Amino acid sequence: MKSNLQLDARGRLRHLLSLDGLSSDLIIDILDTAEQHDKLLAGPEKKLGTLSGRTVINLFFEPSTRTRTTFELAAKRLSADVLNLQVAASSTSKGETLFDTLKTLEAMQADMFVIRHESSGAAHFFAEHAAPGVAILNAGDGRHAHPTQGLLDLFTIRRYKSLPGEATRDCFSRLSVAIVGDVLHSRVARSGIHGLRILGCQDIRVVAPPTLVPVGIKEMGVSVHHDLEAGLDGVDVVMLLRLQKERMLGAFLPSLGEFHRDYGLTRARLAKLKPEAIVMHPGPINRGVEIEGDVAYGPRSLILQQVSHGIAIRMAVMSLILGRDNGERR
Amino acid sequence: MSARRDWSPQQDTPPPAPPRSLLIRNARVLDPASGFDGIAHLGIRDGRIAELSQAEPRGEYEQTLDARNLWLLPGLVDLAARLREPGHTHKARFASEIPAAQAGGITSLVLPPDTQPVIDSPANLLRVLRLAGQTGGLKLRVLGALTQGLNGEALAELSALKAAGAIGFAQGLKPLRDLLVARRALEYARGLSLPVHVFAQDAALAAGGCAHEGPVATRLGLPPIPVAAEVAAIRAWISLVEDTGAPVHFCRLSTARGVELVQSAQRRQLPVTADVAAHQLWLCDRDIDGFNALCHVIPPLRSAEDRQALRQAVASGVIGAICSDHQPHEADAKINPFPLTEAGISGLETLLPLTLGLVQEGQLTPLAAAARLSLGPARIAGIEAGSLTPGAPADLCLLDPAPSWVLRPEHLLSAGRNTPFAGWTLQGRVRRTLLDGYPVYANAD
Repeated sequence: MKSNLQLDARGRLRHLLSLDGLSSDLIIDILDTAEQHDKLLAGPEKKLGTLSGRTVINLFFEPSTRTRTTFELAAKRLSADVLNLQVAASSTSKGETLFDTLKTLEAMQADMFVIRHESSGAAHFFAEHAAPGVAILNAGDGRHAHPTQGLLDLFTIRRYKSLPGEATRDCFSRLSVAIVGDVLHSRVARSGIHGLRILGCQDIRVVAPPTLVPVGIKEMGVSVHHDLEAGLDGVDVVMLLRLQKERMLGAFLPSLGEFHRDYGLTRARLAKLKPEAIVMHPGPINRGVEIEGDVAYGPRSLILQQVSHGIAIRMAVMSLILGRDNGERR
Repeated sequence: MSARRDWSPQQDTPPPAPPRSLLIRNARVLDPASGFDGIAHLGIRDGRIAELSQAEPRGEYEQTLDARNLWLLPGLVDLAARLREPGHTHKARFASEIPAAQAGGITSLVLPPDTQPVIDSPANLLRVLRLAGQTGGLKLRVLGALTQGLNGEALAELSALKAAGAIGFAQGLKPLRDLLVARRALEYARGLSLPVHVFAQDAALAAGGCAHEGPVATRLGLPPIPVAAEVAAIRAWISLVEDTGAPVHFCRLSTARGVELVQSAQRRQLPVTADVAAHQLWLCDRDIDGFNALCHVIPPLRSAEDRQALRQAVASGVIGAICSDHQPHEADAKINPFPLTEAGISGLETLLPLTLGLVQEGQLTPLAAAARLSLGPARIAGIEAGSLTPGAPADLCLLDPAPSWVLRPEHLLSAGRNTPFAGWTLQGRVRRTLLDGYPVYANAD
């Protein structure tokens, strides 16, 4: 595994491609840094000079609004210059390869690329071919990884589930977490599983119909459940996944209605959870499919908190990768 | 058939005339046709094997070659190599790939029909042979397209293709529309007494996939190809063989369950054969970790257990041939995220050393290795090769089994440098390749 691709010789973050291969110390460092940024964001002055003079290019080959926006906001709050490029798949099929695109944009003296692409491995590909000193931040590659989403989920869980004075690893090692929905196609699920496992979570459950559970997922350190009631029994955290509505086409599901009846998080099912259990979702939600609208905005839901934590996490990652040199110079 | 051929018409001066007779002395001779494995002398006269004896040879020979400590076996017969011409000359050409094959000890090679244009007519087939003949030095055999343009629906003119020289029919990696087309194609080919070479993969089960379905593909998020894609297809084809009695050759087996099916069909005396790509005997799905696009192949690298079953099937003879599955690519073909890269390995020059590696590991006897590389594929292809019996064409591979060497892609003769074996220590060096008694490759280092 080329996980060392994302670390420099001293074990510091050079790119962020996947949580797989990162140490718990490094992840906790990111979460702690994000805490500082989050405190700052709560105040009136939201801007830092950490990345002043640096250029961040958001290079999105898949349409995205919310993820791109939070990356953009994070970079701007660190005073970076930000460029958003929404590249349609068609323009790369006109002859310019991904390699050409990377090299062309590198020539514009970019310091960091935030990349989203429909192919698993795209971020690794860019990191392998990026010039020295150019950082790659994976904003989602195929079904493989969405590491900043994984980090913001960990951040959210830690904030709402840790006891006063409790160490991060102690917190995660006593939690039970259920990941519910389309695990097969989900990079969010994979990054979440890696992150939870690295922080010591002992009870990670995947809950979905068998058609949406990838073969061999147990080797990632999870248990598999096809019954929602059993899968949610006694959990502290419910992480719902977005179900793409075209999944009926590949015979993954008979209907959205049947999925909702068997796997949707309804008020009735919420009532059976532990009273202190929390509900998360990476968004955008499908009301009436994986979650009932009332639940999404109910008191147990942290969906909106996840969004704002996303900005702090992305600031933390960017400043740890790019801001280090600035800091050392000061 | 004349021993003299127009080897290289493009050269201004013809190569020096080969000796009409040559005696190779003291080689360890591996002859899968007779089962002989021992020190012997092999005499060549007028392009054919004149005698093979452990005693002093009786005949007079113009030249003598002392082959002490070397192995002498029939020239390799490769059942699947894409030389990319015509149509994909940015990847490779006959002029680059034929020397690579010769350096790999290969003397006969079977081309799949998926060139551009597709080999679905006598004119296209003859054009391929004519282009190859401009380089010469290799016995090229051609599989004709089973269907027009490999469209999977309408049969190509199979009889005309046979008349033009096709030794069998295939679809490349393209599927047939349904089992009815498959059944008709088998029946029709049987009437021509030619086999159909089948890449057994259910198109729907494999759709969009690029990696073996299992923990590695799941962790990497790569769209999977399940084992059942191969198994279901083999099962269906065997049903058609049971109905028609038509011979089927299964290409590039990748799964343990596929091996089981072929073995049970062979036990029932069904006319079913199989081959495997050499890289499948050494790599498995773990090798794609880190998105290593050089290990992106179709069929995909399967589990270590599948690999072990393939090795056992090669040893037992259920898999009768090891092939290169040579697919040279230009560098750009592999410079992309894994799912977007083109599948395939440049394999001509690693076919022999990878197989010798199995001998070194004790998985194969030297004689069995020689059989899987020569007589086995020759019988599957229905061509005169793979034998050292007097009277047979003197297509030979003389190799030194001792040296180990490190593979450097830049040292490959093939235009395709796409090999996952870069940096591997490989075993054995071809010293000489002879085609109809004529030395087409020599390496003394």
